[in-house]
Amino acid sequence: MKVLLSWLREFAPDIDGDPVDLGERLSGLGLAVEEMTITGGGLDGVVLAKVLDLRPHPDADKIQLVDVDAGDGEALQVCCGAFNMSVGDLIPFATIGTVMPNGMEIAQRKMRGEMSNGMCCSGAEIGLGDDHDGILLLTQTANESKLGTPITEVLGIEADVLWDLEVNANRPDAMSVAGVARDLAAGLGVPFTMPTFATERSASAIADLAKVEIIDPTLCGRFMARVLSGVKVGTSPQWIQNRLTALGMRPINSVVDVSNYVMLELGQPNHTYDLAKVPNGHLRVRRAADGETLITLDDVERTLVSSDGVIANGADEVIGLAGVMGGASTEISGSTTDVLLELAWWDPPSVSRTVKRLNLPSEASVRYRRGADYGPNMDRALDRFVSLLAEMGATCASGQIDERGDLPSREPLRVRPAKINSLLGTDLDGDAMAALIEPIGFETARAGDDLDVVIPTWRWDTQTETDVAEEVARMFGYENLVRTVPKGDEPGGLSPYQQDRRLVRETLIGAGLDETFPMPFLAPGDLASAGLPEDGVTLANPLVHEESVLRTSLMPGQLKAIAYNQSHRVERINLFEIGTVFLPPKGTLLPDEHEHLCVALASQAAPRAVEILHVLDEALALPNMQLRAASPAGMHPTRSAEVVVAGKVRGHVGEVDPGVAAAFGVDGRVAWFELDLGALLDGPHGNRKYRRVSKYPSSDIDLAFEVPNSIPAAAVAGSLRKAGGKLLASLELFDTYRGQGVAEGTRSLAFRLRFQADDRTLTDTEVASVRQSCIDMVHKQQKGATLRS
Amino acid sequence: MTDYKELVDAASAAVGNATDLAALGALQAQFLGKKAAINAAKKQLGALDPDQRATAGKAINEARQQIEAVFSDRRDSLEQAARLVQLEAERLDLTEVWPRPARGHAHLVTQARDRLEDVFVAMGFTVAEGPEVESAWYNFEALNIPDWHPARGSFDTIFVNLGEPEEVMLRSHTSPVQVRTMESQEPPIYIVAPGRTFRTDAADATHLPAFNQIEGLVIDKGITMGDLAGTIDEFVRTFFGEEVKTRLRPSYFPFTEPSAEFDISRDDGSWLELGGCGMVHPNVLRNCGIDPEIWQGFAFGFGIDRLAVMRYQLDDIRELVNNDVRFLRQF
Repeated sequence: MKVLLSWLREFAPDIDGDPVDLGERLSGLGLAVEEMTITGGGLDGVVLAKVLDLRPHPDADKIQLVDVDAGDGEALQVCCGAFNMSVGDLIPFATIGTVMPNGMEIAQRKMRGEMSNGMCCSGAEIGLGDDHDGILLLTQTANESKLGTPITEVLGIEADVLWDLEVNANRPDAMSVAGVARDLAAGLGVPFTMPTFATERSASAIADLAKVEIIDPTLCGRFMARVLSGVKVGTSPQWIQNRLTALGMRPINSVVDVSNYVMLELGQPNHTYDLAKVPNGHLRVRRAADGETLITLDDVERTLVSSDGVIANGADEVIGLAGVMGGASTEISGSTTDVLLELAWWDPPSVSRTVKRLNLPSEASVRYRRGADYGPNMDRALDRFVSLLAEMGATCASGQIDERGDLPSREPLRVRPAKINSLLGTDLDGDAMAALIEPIGFETARAGDDLDVVIPTWRWDTQTETDVAEEVARMFGYENLVRTVPKGDEPGGLSPYQQDRRLVRETLIGAGLDETFPMPFLAPGDLASAGLPEDGVTLANPLVHEESVLRTSLMPGQLKAIAYNQSHRVERINLFEIGTVFLPPKGTLLPDEHEHLCVALASQAAPRAVEILHVLDEALALPNMQLRAASPAGMHPTRSAEVVVAGKVRGHVGEVDPGVAAAFGVDGRVAWFELDLGALLDGPHGNRKYRRVSKYPSSDIDLAFEVPNSIPAAAVAGSLRKAGGKLLASLELFDTYRGQGVAEGTRSLAFRLRFQADDRTLTDTEVASVRQSCIDMVHKQQKGATLRS
Repeated sequence: MTDYKELVDAASAAVGNATDLAALGALQAQFLGKKAAINAAKKQLGALDPDQRATAGKAINEARQQIEAVFSDRRDSLEQAARLVQLEAERLDLTEVWPRPARGHAHLVTQARDRLEDVFVAMGFTVAEGPEVESAWYNFEALNIPDWHPARGSFDTIFVNLGEPEEVMLRSHTSPVQVRTMESQEPPIYIVAPGRTFRTDAADATHLPAFNQIEGLVIDKGITMGDLAGTIDEFVRTFFGEEVKTRLRPSYFPFTEPSAEFDISRDDGSWLELGGCGMVHPNVLRNCGIDPEIWQGFAFGFGIDRLAVMRYQLDDIRELVNNDVRFLRQF
């Protein structure tokens, strides 16, 4: 919502001071200033001029040469980049030496060899509207006799301050100049007065001209109407045009301009019908029937549903969408003379639903949706409308229609100052609170320690004690609240899961990996490219097709990251991610979310992934982590394994399937693991037990076995551990060898076993015995494995 | 009485010519070993008169000590020389060792999130988390945003194809975590809820459709708006620095009332809008089964990514999701 200082002062003349300070005050009241502009200033030197001649620039396409008469009858040549002028047009012209509002000084200069002696101005350049493209044409509004006259005088522009305010959804009152003035006057402690507008009435009576029926009282709380005759649809006075333009609305014609003026000034949207097109002036307010249609003002046929509010004519044909947009059939035109003026209060949720369904926001509906004023301001707005059109020759029939539906309750609301104090941390009594909110229209009466508050008709959103508390706080000033810091009884902290997740991250960072953070969106087909089932949850309204599926695995995102980095010649791409994957719902409404951890090492083979996995195992002390040969989707069929922890599969380790890597444009191998981190950390881990370090000497024994490739090294190690029992202090696989001297289809696995007892020095006999037990156990349990001699 | 000076001089001369420890060892046997002249002289002491024996013994001992000193000095200097030779042979140019970073890097967003969590944990908060895909109840309705409410449109929600149309969505804020916490936990509640949130903002230099927020929620007896202002002030001073000031401005959110935006002061005296906050709306408390006549509370929230962008003056927020290793390794 934009407001002009001069307009605010029409309601509160004592609003005064530094514009920046006033802006701060507005922000402090919850009307945040998004932009402040000093208008009408910096225009000294801009005068009315006439276009005498237009001709091409001999040496440039994008600019033309214009001769103007700036009042002295001489032809001044100007180079100009706009092409919307015709010979004879009147335009604002900045003479040499003018300093424009944006600080630019106009100087005589050559452009591509041609002299330019000033500047033809767009509306934006002189602070009138947002149009930067064309020169502002004043041919219709200005008089040629005023050539050379300062443009401020021609257009009636005075120095002013324009604030663009961010008005929140709970502030219907501040969607008008008068409402902002009321708030600011209260904030400054200066008087505020709502004016009355005198209207003259003709002999004809509205009762003979129009009739309104409210069929659905839940839709329309109040419907007022008047009839105007002798309306001449033409241009409105310049001062109205200036104000509309300043507030961001384009002048259209006298009736539309007055309609918009009243809406901006008093916050009351309104609608005009060509009375000749409404048989008997009969209007019926009701809900639409499903499937009814209406051609709206924008010439689009709309199909309606039963929640839409409509205005129908006497034949029950829909001629308007309540609070949203009028119909084309009754639109004001150049030939309109009699106007039926509607000013209604529409149920905000009803308007909201229709606006949302049809995606038809407008300046009117944004006010109805917040709840327009349903009180005497409606009469005032009608008076204002009539008085403005009367200045243009229209007359108003006597009387008015004022039909009622369901309006908000005007019963006083009981509020407890004690509760409000406890919410705000203030210590105000009822009288003090009353004094804060009365200037913004709340009527109060003492009821013991409590207050009975009558909510103003312009504050539909204000309905409860808490709403009133907010008004008290706003007028008290948030900056005046005493700041305190509450301390709960319980200490703060991270959960064990959150601590472990940090440990995982630190561990992987320590292992040289960089943390990535891709977005969780995939393109359709990404999952198939990764060899995964195409069961990802899809987005209903994705921004782009390439980001329309939720990931079920971290793999596609990581492969894309690797491909991106490889394409930029980055080396040593070692990545990890901790992020959510979204599996299809399992009988629930919401997807089955899991927090996953993945590691992706470009140009490295499976063993490196296993090494990193073991580092993680060391950090988390996983109970009995095992790798079990498997061919999970998307992974290298002969270089992958399931990661089994305490008997549960928690993920996969190995390499990305070379075909999958290639499909994502990745060059070379990718060592990979992905774990369900949530499940892993929810399971047992970190359970470390003290084992006394033995003081007795240890004996090392090396054993090499020739083992068929089908038997995992882990199985052989398992047999050794079983036979070694408590005496086996450590076990290491120190060499693997395939080739000469080892049979085809087998490999040599060389283990170093350290034997040690807690309570004695082992004798040679004992060591020999346990050594033999280990050999026997491998031979017994791992068929085909033989001790190498 | 025999003069042993010649013996000492002979040892001294011989030792002076020894150039390594092996040669010195051989000389040591010659001058101090069992068959050395000095020991032979000692053996002959018994043949002397008792009165001469004492004088001669003393002379022999003195000579022996002098010879030992000669050897000891020479050994020290030879060992020192050998050490220098050895050290020189071991000389390394440490600038030949080229850095290959053994340590990786935490993502900027993680770093910011961890710092925020740590500050709030120190202030007595725990950290709550929840699903990223939510139902309309948790994302909107429980938060006092009915389906017709104009505020719904302002969330620019990304919906997913589950349930009825617009029934399931990527959460547009982490407030659903507040609701879930209030539903499942008896007050008092002191939590922050960091996490990923989603809006239909096309990715550009200042927007991402997936970004990160942190929200705080306090529910306890007698919690006031002054507590809200004080908590934000304490957080800001801890996180941004003691000199940074805060202010609250009236605003509107359906789930809080009174509501406010909060700003932090910049070096030049201007204010930067950081986030939104307010007293938890009684409807929200009721929706979560908490009696607003007994419990009161406040909530606040702001963006995490923006803090990272501000701290390092990133000129393009998309760097946060591009995963360019050259970017990741800078932090």
